[in-house]
Amino acid sequence: MEGMKLFSAALLGGALLLGGGAFAAEPIRIGAIFSVTGPAAFLGEPERNTAKMLEDEINKGGGLLGRKIEVVVYDDESDPTKAVTAVDRLIKKDKVVAIIGPSTTGSTLAIAPKVEEGKVPLVSCAAAIDIVSPVRRFVFKTPQSDVLAVKQIYRHAKKNGISKVAILTASDAFGSAGRKELKELAEKSGVAVVADEVFGPKDTDMNAQLTKIKGTAAQAIVCWGTNPGPAVIARNRKQLGISMPLYMSHGVASNKFIELAGKENAEGILLPAGRLIVDEQVAEKHPQKKLLTKYAKEYEARFKTPVSSFGGYAFDALSLVAQAIKSGKSAEPAAIRDSLEKTKGFWATTGEFTFTPSDHNGLTEDAFVMVRITKGGWEMLK
Amino acid sequence: MSSNRGKGSAAGLAAFAAIIAAAPFLLPDYYQSVLIVAGLFAILSMGLNLLMGYAGQISLGHAAFYGLSAYASGILTTTFHWPVPAGIAAGVVLSGVTAALIGIPTLKLKGHYLAMGTLGFGVIVYIVFNEAVGLTAGPSGLTGIPRLSAFGKTFSTDREYYFVVWGTAFVLFVLARNLVRSRMGRALRAIHTSESAASVLGIDVARYKAFVFVLSAVYAGIAGALYAHFVTFVSPGSFSFHASIQIVTMVVLGGMASLWGAVAGAVFLTVLPEWLRAIEDYDILVYGAILVLTMRFLPGGLAEGAERARGTLVSAFRRKSPASAAAASGAEGRKP
Amino acid sequence: MPFSSFLQFIVSGVTVGATYGLTALGFTMIFNTTGIINFAQGEFVMLGGMLAVFSMKWGGLPLPVAVPLSVLLVTAMGVGVDRLTIRPMRGKPAVSLVIVTIGVSILLRGGAMLIFGKDTHALPPFSEGAAIPLGGASLLPQSIWVVGITLAVLVAMKVFFDRTITGKAMLACACDRKAASLMGINVDVMVTVSFAFSALVGALGGVILAPITLTAYDVGILLGLKGFAACILGGLGNPFGAVAGGLIIGVLESLGAGFLSSGYKDAIAFVILLALLFLRPSGLFGKASADRV
Repeated sequence: MEGMKLFSAALLGGALLLGGGAFAAEPIRIGAIFSVTGPAAFLGEPERNTAKMLEDEINKGGGLLGRKIEVVVYDDESDPTKAVTAVDRLIKKDKVVAIIGPSTTGSTLAIAPKVEEGKVPLVSCAAAIDIVSPVRRFVFKTPQSDVLAVKQIYRHAKKNGISKVAILTASDAFGSAGRKELKELAEKSGVAVVADEVFGPKDTDMNAQLTKIKGTAAQAIVCWGTNPGPAVIARNRKQLGISMPLYMSHGVASNKFIELAGKENAEGILLPAGRLIVDEQVAEKHPQKKLLTKYAKEYEARFKTPVSSFGGYAFDALSLVAQAIKSGKSAEPAAIRDSLEKTKGFWATTGEFTFTPSDHNGLTEDAFVMVRITKGGWEMLK
Repeated sequence: MSSNRGKGSAAGLAAFAAIIAAAPFLLPDYYQSVLIVAGLFAILSMGLNLLMGYAGQISLGHAAFYGLSAYASGILTTTFHWPVPAGIAAGVVLSGVTAALIGIPTLKLKGHYLAMGTLGFGVIVYIVFNEAVGLTAGPSGLTGIPRLSAFGKTFSTDREYYFVVWGTAFVLFVLARNLVRSRMGRALRAIHTSESAASVLGIDVARYKAFVFVLSAVYAGIAGALYAHFVTFVSPGSFSFHASIQIVTMVVLGGMASLWGAVAGAVFLTVLPEWLRAIEDYDILVYGAILVLTMRFLPGGLAEGAERARGTLVSAFRRKSPASAAAASGAEGRKP
Repeated sequence: MPFSSFLQFIVSGVTVGATYGLTALGFTMIFNTTGIINFAQGEFVMLGGMLAVFSMKWGGLPLPVAVPLSVLLVTAMGVGVDRLTIRPMRGKPAVSLVIVTIGVSILLRGGAMLIFGKDTHALPPFSEGAAIPLGGASLLPQSIWVVGITLAVLVAMKVFFDRTITGKAMLACACDRKAASLMGINVDVMVTVSFAFSALVGALGGVILAPITLTAYDVGILLGLKGFAACILGGLGNPFGAVAGGLIIGVLESLGAGFLSSGYKDAIAFVILLALLFLRPSGLFGKASADRV
């Protein structure tokens, strides 16, 4: 017995000395920083769930390059300071080869200098355009930029003869990023913003703002926020009997929104969304079809909660990294980065990614479709 | 205790300096950023402890002073291209001046009304950070703040920044220590015990209270400016009501009216989540439990705990009774 | 601005204000017996709503059963909070007790998050029906429930503290524990009763609010903050003042959003609150108290 122990210890020691080569079985470590708790938990929770689900799936399929993968998730509690300490730990202690997340723009921008310095590729799940403009060598992102969503809304509005809109945005990072784009793109799109109101992300009554909007010349309302605020707005709008069209952002593209707002209050609301939410209506031939249906079904079966486009961001981030490792045949950070940048025509839940040295988001406007809430379900508009 | 207090505390200071100097070399690399954050909180909680622990005035809006300076320095150096030291100085001055202005009416309030006054001030400042988009970039946060550079040197690595932050913390510690031992410190404690009695004794209560309020805001301002040039990004979320409560918690956990406690509380509560990562989702419960249990079993905070542990140890050695020595070492072993 | 808009601001403000007032009543209850501010009060409100939602969702109970059940459960929790955390701390300084209640609020919130998850939930309204038009403004039937129950609780509390021997005994505890105990009042029991009542009031608020405002594990923070502000504005310890304070803050926010700026509406309410405090350091309806030396 004793001899046996000694032998195995010697074997272990020998293996340690030999290092990498002998350790083909050592997992490839991929770091993740998500806002699992705190105000941005609506992003971080589905992202963490998705990353863990995809990790299992990749490992079940034999891993990458013959090695298993391990996704090390840290929660930044929606606080950029925590993201900074977490990224240090990922790079210096866990020695990850790539990082997915963070969930928020603030955290992403706070850690960007750290990943540049540590030369570890980062695929962020946060939306703001500032993350990839100007391009940072090691920083990529998966969500569509808000600009694309705003363009879709304005185009739809214009087509329906609407030229004056009221905007009603949440006073958090998501809402204020939307507000900025809504104001900047208005003139170019031939739309005038006649009222500019905001609401607190935790506010429970938006009657005052809506009453004020009702008294303006607005022909439609564009609301930018994430649950529960927009659900309250949908309810208050019905209560006040406001009949002008209500546009929402992709931030509410989840069945949860309809549940919170109530079927009758959500009826007719228009929004740009990824195809994930209308997976059943996507044409059979569409390259995303199979992917979306599988992801939505598995997620809902495993976590017993409606799928949202946010989880999709993490799905895409991890898929992109996995794909880069596979195609570059290397799990070294620098090689992953180079391989990521060569990604071309890669379909994921959000859209088709084509990265170039000058474009680290790589999506086109096609990533969004306009949908309408009809009878408690989602209807894709042609 | 009092006879060798001077000598003991000089030794304590030397030990403190030695720990600061050695820590980054003894701990793994990835602890550096955690320790920098801990240092910032140590400065914050020392300042708040002067106000709460010594002068007995509660503040539930201290994150406002922290944020004002962080934003001021961030905006001045980013949007207006001021050199970083000038930005920091301006930020600290802004925090101090704001404290002086709101301190005069606010400090007339007592007890829960004072808590509400400071809390309300914190909420207002937080809303301004969110809404003054043109200046603060709103809820998305202000990006691109330069790293600290002074005298032609940029403190770009974490190790360099660690020494800047903890060096500052050490200097501020010594200043605060001298202050509480001065005539001023005695006056503050008198105010804490009874304002009426203090004023009968000829202490200008209003002036002393205002002074210590401004001083604690200046401490918060220093921490805020250093924060901005470390993370290079500021957003309102870091300076919310929650942050104010966090600082109060550090002071209380460390021990009221103990500067060592303030430092210990800040370090403990910053490093603790690093260990708790293993427990993941449950850490929020642990945090709440610590607050409740400390208050119940160790109302004087870590400072009292250390004092008690020392007492037990000393008496165990004096008695040289094996039984009690074993008990004491057992108690020691259980302490984190 | 037409009059109907103005009326709508008032109506909305009163509804929201009633929710603050109801939370404030819970604060008042505990303050009156213990002299401390219970920072976990907002969590009682949250738990009221969440437990009702989940006894319907998981337990399959109908609303009329879920609501009283949830209120009862939270009341029992109030007793638990007192027994486990407050009673052992008897005689400790107020600031320690405040910190303990902050710790309890973190525990309750964290527990709710772990058990119920982070999603927001809606509770069905108590009575069906469309919004009621009111001189150009509109009012949800549920708002009438909210305002009605707030007023009923207020009246009940007023009667309780003024007319019943238990109520008076509770007030006596806040004035001077030692004297109260010398008079034969069992201070411990009174404190427990006050926690039970304030949890009950909080939970009641939580269930009647949930159909309008939606509920989630973290709604207690904001309600606690606003409830505390309402208490202070009305003068601590005065139930009438607490509700009035809540209504004033609600209406100020609504008018602020309507006429000035929706972004600064909370700031406007707080600026007015601070200005009032500076002028009247013990709240609008509070009595100036002489400090013991």
